[in-house]
Amino acid sequence: MKVSLRWLRDYVDIDIAPQDLADRLTMAGLEVDAVEEYTPAFTGVVTAKILTMRRHPDADKLHLLEVTTGGETLPIVCGAPNMKAGDVVALATVGAVIPGGYSIKSSKIRGEASEGMLCSEEELGIGPDASGILILPADTPLGRNLIDVLDLRDTVLDIGITPNRADCLSIVGIAREAAVLCGKKLRYPKIAFKESSEDIRSLTSVEILDPDFCPRYTARMIKGVKIQPSPKWMRLRLEAVGLRAINNVVDVTNFVMMELGQPLHAFDFRFLEEGRIVVRRSREGEPFVSLDGKTRNLNAETLMICDGRKPVAIAGIMGGENSEVKEDTETVLLESAYFNPSTIRRGARFLGIGTDAAFRFERGIDPEGVVRALDRAAQLIADLSGGRVCKGHIDTYPKTVPVSGPIRLRMGRVEAILGTAVKVSEATAIFKGLEMSVKKDGRGSLSVTPPTFRVDLWREIDLIEEIARIHGYDKIPVTVPAIPVPGELHDRKREFESAVRSALNGQGFAEVLNYSFISPHSADALCCPEGDERRRFVRIANPLTEDQAVMRTTLLYGLLETMRRNVNAGSPDLKLFELGKIFIAGGEGELPREVDRIALLVTGSRYGENWHFQSLSADFYDLKGALETLAGALRAGGLRCEAASDISWLHPGRAARVFVGEREIGSFGELHPDVAGRMDLRSRAFVLEIDAEPLTGGAERVARYREYSRFPSMIRDVAFLVGLETEAAAMIALAGTAGEELLEKVDVFDVYSGKGIPEGMKSLGLRFTYRSASKTLTDDETGQAHGRIVKKIVESTGARIRGEG
Amino acid sequence: MREQLEKLQRDAEEELLGARTDEAIQAIRTKYLGRKGALTSILRGLGSVAPEERPAMGQLANQVKEALSQRIDAVLEGIAVSKKDSRLLQERVDVTLPGRGFARGTLHPITQVTQEICGIFAALGFAIAEGPEVELDYYNFEALNMAKDHPSRDMQATFYITENLLLRTHTSPVQVRVMEKQKPPVRVIAPGKVYRPDADISHSPMFHQIEGLYVDRGVTFADLKGTLTFFLKHVFGDEIGVRFRPSFFPFTEPSAEVDIQCVMCRGKGCRVCGQSGWLEILGSGMVDPEVFKAVGYDSEEYTGFAFGLGVERIAMLRYGISDIRLFTENDRRFLEQF
Repeated sequence: MKVSLRWLRDYVDIDIAPQDLADRLTMAGLEVDAVEEYTPAFTGVVTAKILTMRRHPDADKLHLLEVTTGGETLPIVCGAPNMKAGDVVALATVGAVIPGGYSIKSSKIRGEASEGMLCSEEELGIGPDASGILILPADTPLGRNLIDVLDLRDTVLDIGITPNRADCLSIVGIAREAAVLCGKKLRYPKIAFKESSEDIRSLTSVEILDPDFCPRYTARMIKGVKIQPSPKWMRLRLEAVGLRAINNVVDVTNFVMMELGQPLHAFDFRFLEEGRIVVRRSREGEPFVSLDGKTRNLNAETLMICDGRKPVAIAGIMGGENSEVKEDTETVLLESAYFNPSTIRRGARFLGIGTDAAFRFERGIDPEGVVRALDRAAQLIADLSGGRVCKGHIDTYPKTVPVSGPIRLRMGRVEAILGTAVKVSEATAIFKGLEMSVKKDGRGSLSVTPPTFRVDLWREIDLIEEIARIHGYDKIPVTVPAIPVPGELHDRKREFESAVRSALNGQGFAEVLNYSFISPHSADALCCPEGDERRRFVRIANPLTEDQAVMRTTLLYGLLETMRRNVNAGSPDLKLFELGKIFIAGGEGELPREVDRIALLVTGSRYGENWHFQSLSADFYDLKGALETLAGALRAGGLRCEAASDISWLHPGRAARVFVGEREIGSFGELHPDVAGRMDLRSRAFVLEIDAEPLTGGAERVARYREYSRFPSMIRDVAFLVGLETEAAAMIALAGTAGEELLEKVDVFDVYSGKGIPEGMKSLGLRFTYRSASKTLTDDETGQAHGRIVKKIVESTGARIRGEG
Repeated sequence: MREQLEKLQRDAEEELLGARTDEAIQAIRTKYLGRKGALTSILRGLGSVAPEERPAMGQLANQVKEALSQRIDAVLEGIAVSKKDSRLLQERVDVTLPGRGFARGTLHPITQVTQEICGIFAALGFAIAEGPEVELDYYNFEALNMAKDHPSRDMQATFYITENLLLRTHTSPVQVRVMEKQKPPVRVIAPGKVYRPDADISHSPMFHQIEGLYVDRGVTFADLKGTLTFFLKHVFGDEIGVRFRPSFFPFTEPSAEVDIQCVMCRGKGCRVCGQSGWLEILGSGMVDPEVFKAVGYDSEEYTGFAFGLGVERIAMLRYGISDIRLFTENDRRFLEQF
């Protein structure tokens, strides 16, 4: 909210610098976002006196003037109709800039020199009068800056008001805080006016059909108003806080709203059919043209102000075009009401209208301040328009608005919350300054009744906060709490995630962080079949863009997009990982299933382009190696891969499912060329996505030392000729099942097909390592065990041994 | 015979001078000192030497043999050394060529900052808690004293799934979920992703927060100040100014915004801090009794404080990043800087 210091000073004396005031307000919870000097948008305009005046020889409507600024005398050509010699006027001198960015130059007008321009109010942007130039009082000193002479400077504080402080949405509300913080007294505006003999109750009536939505409606009538521009003092104040001056009646309603925080509305009484007010809910589909000229289609939940036949305003939100104050308005019906905050909020949201009035009603206005604002506005309208205020006011108040009663405050509780004792005398002074009534309530307690405008104070804790913020947060001590509960020394999940990250970092993978929301086309891009879990999207009702309309069901889509961006940006060699959640929609109204996943992507050159290796392209086994190393680092035992040709986004010949024990945890492989095409990727990518949770078991296990043999090993290499489709794992598993205790391990040392190998076959070189725990093996012992193993493999698989018949 | 021996020594030494290879030198050794060599054949004539001269001749022959032998060894060693030297010279590498390293893996800066913050609070005895990112309206708002239609909901624009299901706008719902499950004392932090429909240079529709909650008997606002001051000085340095100022959050009372002195201008006022000299860094406050009521805690017996901070904000200040969108762009050239 913008607060004009000029206006603020009407109610409280401020004798500190604006920045100091801003700091005090900020430290009391009224955050001042900016302190701005407010000056009119012109420079170089000074006061000057017209010495002589004669007609322009070549133009009927122009005059030639000689004006003096006290120092020099200048020739001016002027077309205004309202000046005469001796008048003191506003002179824009050569070099001056006036609103709209016009700069004044010395010129010749129809052959006559003009060294400046005399300005109207309107030209200077300080008033509506464009009928002639601004004539100042005759005793105005000459050669002075007009801004100083007219006192047009102001300082405006832009204050962020938190939603609880409805009472601070007014200049008087801010003045109250400023007074407490500066040790000054608040001056309320004086309200006094004469009433005519005509009683409002004989002229109109107010009927409330929905007291829940409208607990209170008050009205006054002012007759014989003359609509005209508001005086300068009011315009300056309104414009400084960002409101446009319109006419005296409308300006008064805005002025009082800003002054006291009570939104008001003025109706032109002649347009109210049957001359009465009815407050009721709107009807479904009822059309209404609001002040801004827009037609609104209402629902059945919006509160409307109606006359005897039709709606004339959307209560608390915006007036209607059909009843607004016009240039020829003579009788004004003034409304000051209390509307239910939720009603206004829902209505404003439904209609998509945010007005200053709705903003205040939503947050809760002072239910007992309604009549004061009504009277204040009546007084000002009468003053500014020459109208007569009819006798009395209507106050229809069918439903009492709850206000806070006395609250018991225990001083011990203040200390328990704040960690510092506050004296009863200080607390009392704070409360009184904030217009609360305070009584002693037994020992160490106060009974405090908040004023009705403090709609945020209901509980003891609310009062403690008031003490804290006025006492000053900076005066509350800084203590480090004793630590009575031991914290968790180990956080298993965090430790697991750290282990994943460091294992992948150690292999050169860079962590990325993609949005949790992705495009609903992601499932199509990955060619996911109908009914696939990845199609069970959690859909966002109000996404920012369609590309971010659903929660991700896979991490891969984001990784592939990250790859595309990087490749396009000239980084083709990537090893990326992400650790994050995916979301699978649950049943109606249920929370979705959130699953922690690990995803990897490898693309481009294995080691980057360098002088050591000329472009070794990464492949399936780079990714598999990363998975194996990761599983090793996590001590996840029982990891197994099975060929998979049916995973829609993976190459059918280069894909595997991953198992931990019997549990399938995900898959990896080369990206299917169809998917690469759909995602506009031109290089091969290798992707993995697995559930994180099944791998966590191992991370918690402590390593268990196993004794190893001190004796040397014996190695036997065999190259088997097998069918191309034979899996190495099956051969190795056979060796393991042969029951030979001496066999320590089997490694693959060579895989070869091509020249020298029959068509459809490959050579699989296995290296068998034998070792005994108790002695050095002899050739014989090794040879016997080895022979049995090879025989078993040959017999079970039909493999031939290369180099033998 | 003396002349013969001396000549042999001279001849052999002269020949050695011309020899360049191990083989040539070994040949010289064989030719002069070998079993069938020149020295042996000279000594065969020892019988014709006068008996009284024989010991002297024998001695001389031994001296010649010894001297030649040593000389040959020395030449051989010299050749070995120079051979090694030249081999080492040939093996020279260009030390300025790039090494054969593995590309270094990197951790996302948000992860790094999160880990650091969690580490500080772990040292203060805070455990880590988690909650769902797709959350019920109840936990995100209602249990936190933000009823439907309450204007405080304006403070947090929200992505909705259905009327009652939404993307959490803050990590505060984790507070409620933890307190529902656990009796005091409670001391947890909850890091995680949060979502708000805002996207520009300083707002991301997805960002990270860390929520903190401490509930026990006798926890005060002074403890809140102490804990958060300790934390901020740890992250931004001991000299950094910290201030607490009143604010409003529906789920805390009293509430405090915490500012640190601007890290760019050290409080003098600059573009980053909007000339104020201060940067808003986190929100905090004493847990509101309404929240305790929602989880069945007795607010007369227990008090507590809660706070929430934005990880991106701290990361941006710490690393000098001015565009929040860089965090989710994941450009390699960005990632490899951390």
